[in-house]
Amino acid sequence: MTLTNYMNRKELLGFLILAAVIFIVLPLALDTFRLNLFGKYLTYAFVAIGLALCWGAGGILSLGQGIFFGLGGYCMAMFLKLEASTPENTAIQSTPGIPDFMDWNQLTALPIWWQPFHSLAFTMLAVVMVPVVFAFIIGFAMFTRRVGGVYFAIITQAFAAILTILIIGQQGYTGGVNGITDLRTLLGWDIRTDEAKNILYFVNGALLFVVLLIAQFVRKSKLGRLLIAMRDQEDRVRFSGYNVANFKIFIFCLGAAFAGVGGAMFTLQVGFMSPTLVGIVPSIEMVIFCAVGGRLSILGAVYGALLVNLAKTTFSEGFPELWLLGLGGLFIAVVMAFPNGLAGLWSEKVEPLLNRLISKTQSAEAANPNKAPAE
Amino acid sequence: MSDKGKSTDSLGMSRRAMLAGSAALTASLFTPKGLKAADYPTSEVNTTGLAVTDDTVTVGILHSITGTMAISETGSVQAEKLAIEQINAQGGILGRKIEYVQEDGASDWPTFAEKAKKLLVNDKVASVMGCWTSASRKAVLPVFEQYNGFLYYPTFYEGLEESPNVIYTGQEATQQIIAGLDWVNKEKGAKSFYLLGSDYIWPRTSNKIARKHIENFMEGCKVVGEEYYPLGHTQFNSVINKIRLKKPDVIYAIVVGGSNVAFYKQLTAAGIDPAAEKPLVLTISVTEDEIRGIGGENIAGSYACMKYFQSLENENNLEFVKSFKEMWGDDIVIGDVTQAAYLGPWLWKAAVEKAGSFDVDKVREAQVGIELPTAPEGYVKVHENHHLWSKTRVGKALADGQYEVVFETADLVEPDPFPEGYQ
Repeated sequence: MTLTNYMNRKELLGFLILAAVIFIVLPLALDTFRLNLFGKYLTYAFVAIGLALCWGAGGILSLGQGIFFGLGGYCMAMFLKLEASTPENTAIQSTPGIPDFMDWNQLTALPIWWQPFHSLAFTMLAVVMVPVVFAFIIGFAMFTRRVGGVYFAIITQAFAAILTILIIGQQGYTGGVNGITDLRTLLGWDIRTDEAKNILYFVNGALLFVVLLIAQFVRKSKLGRLLIAMRDQEDRVRFSGYNVANFKIFIFCLGAAFAGVGGAMFTLQVGFMSPTLVGIVPSIEMVIFCAVGGRLSILGAVYGALLVNLAKTTFSEGFPELWLLGLGGLFIAVVMAFPNGLAGLWSEKVEPLLNRLISKTQSAEAANPNKAPAE
Repeated sequence: MSDKGKSTDSLGMSRRAMLAGSAALTASLFTPKGLKAADYPTSEVNTTGLAVTDDTVTVGILHSITGTMAISETGSVQAEKLAIEQINAQGGILGRKIEYVQEDGASDWPTFAEKAKKLLVNDKVASVMGCWTSASRKAVLPVFEQYNGFLYYPTFYEGLEESPNVIYTGQEATQQIIAGLDWVNKEKGAKSFYLLGSDYIWPRTSNKIARKHIENFMEGCKVVGEEYYPLGHTQFNSVINKIRLKKPDVIYAIVVGGSNVAFYKQLTAAGIDPAAEKPLVLTISVTEDEIRGIGGENIAGSYACMKYFQSLENENNLEFVKSFKEMWGDDIVIGDVTQAAYLGPWLWKAAVEKAGSFDVDKVREAQVGIELPTAPEGYVKVHENHHLWSKTRVGKALADGQYEVVFETADLVEPDPFPEGYQ
């Protein structure tokens, strides 16, 4: 695959604009508090990119991405909580040295499966691998049996509900409905300071671009073409001799890995993890981010996550009693007016306008036979 | 007092302000009216950049007004707004009107953390009245500690916490539990207890304290069962069967929210009448607010252990109920937490006036020992562990949705968030 195959000039421009927004415009325009909020919004963009691949390209609608976001976030939270629960910090407890919520639930020793989370290396691996293994199990069970479409969406919802109930029910091991709170340091580095928040924002942005580039690679590879073929005519792909289930499992696991990384970055930036980020409602919200951004476009997914969360914050600060109505109205308006989301608005309305303005220089590029077909 | 006056004088405070300051100190028991903002220059009462101007001071209100918790938290918002309005009508705090920024926690813990940070960092509010569930408090706690905010938290809760940045105006668990258990033991001769609750930290911790008290401090008493159900659970038939089998003297129920409706209806349907004295139903989770959902006829005759009931017949409370209804309508009921939320702005006002400053560090120092004889629940006092000395009361539910007070402790009960012998 040559470089121009991987990313044409137009897509490169889109990436550069997004990079400029994330790394230059937002940090210059916002104070630390708002920048940290945008950092939080961007962690949802990880999930939305995964959904753009699974749903937009592969046609697999998952209403359970909160599972993977939550698993990644909980793995990171467990590491941070263990670091915060030194015997000195927890001297007031019956059993010093274990997380506070375990003490409240009469646990007297750290459970075995918490032990490995003393290690940052293990934790970072777990942030990616736990969601992937979980996604593999769900995907393997569903796709090899050719469960798809609405049924798959409902089953992912059921898993999100099960995981929430499990986390809330096993509060001695998970912190229950309170979640894992009061996280302080990462290897001795205080993550609560303004300076740390700024650094974490840029780390988050860099990771987001790693994920975007991986997603772009998948989209442009043979796998990406196959995904789209599967979405549109699954049987034909199968009759052509491809094992459809394996491709679906792979893309579902990839989306889960992205979500896990997003969850871990959420925990680091917000300072806690709770079951309210795992369940059905946040999972559906994540699909909305993707839909508003335009499910066909990975860059659109990022803008969707940013815009919806910004609207959520702005509406709720301005109209604390009516903001949900405003947000609902926004979704309806976007879906009615632009079925392909913001990305659709861009490619159908804005881009032709721009093209007309700079048509002379672009015409040669547009005629380039290497250019990817429009989707 | 004169020593204090001299030391402030040497700091360059005007003599008039100093006198007014000492007057406020000596007069902290009653409301010092007519404090003039001019006597308290903004540069002196606000050295940390809070949202204090020459005429106003801004506070935050942070509760859920959307989502599942909205129904519970609305009463607290109403009480806080009433207190703020009354304080403003009296001339405000240090001559400044209180303005508030209200934010919606949306029954979502990360949202609470986001909004708390917004109130402290962006709006620079001088204090925050807010939170309801323990989960929301746990979520905002690191934010308040990091940015040195000051939170007035109204709900009765599990204890095990003592933050320098929070004043807990509700009861911690021992204040709500022990006196009630002793009362059913002495007055009703109860010996055996069946503990049940919703499955999260507050009911679990409360039942842990109840069990320790029953087993270690109440002679001849025992716990015959203990069970938990997920939040929102509506099938209580199996536990009701177990209760009929074990025949406890007391069903000690800490079921919260919507589950209560199912619980009490199924209890009645299974032939266990809450109005019967055996088994007697004792709860610490049903206030007048919850009875509106349960229906007075389904719960009449059961007992609740609280520090406040709307039916308290003291002058403070009659006045409070009257003003509350004037502001929010005649249909309104006032539960325990609503009253505790009402105390927040008043306690803050008293502390600010004692400190002569809005600075959080000075308010924190002044807050300990503040007494509020005007509280609807009666006289309260702030303990050095940031909880309130309050009386414990037992009420008997009536069919009209109110409680009839049948017992109250003779003295204020000391708050003990880390009770020894109960861990």
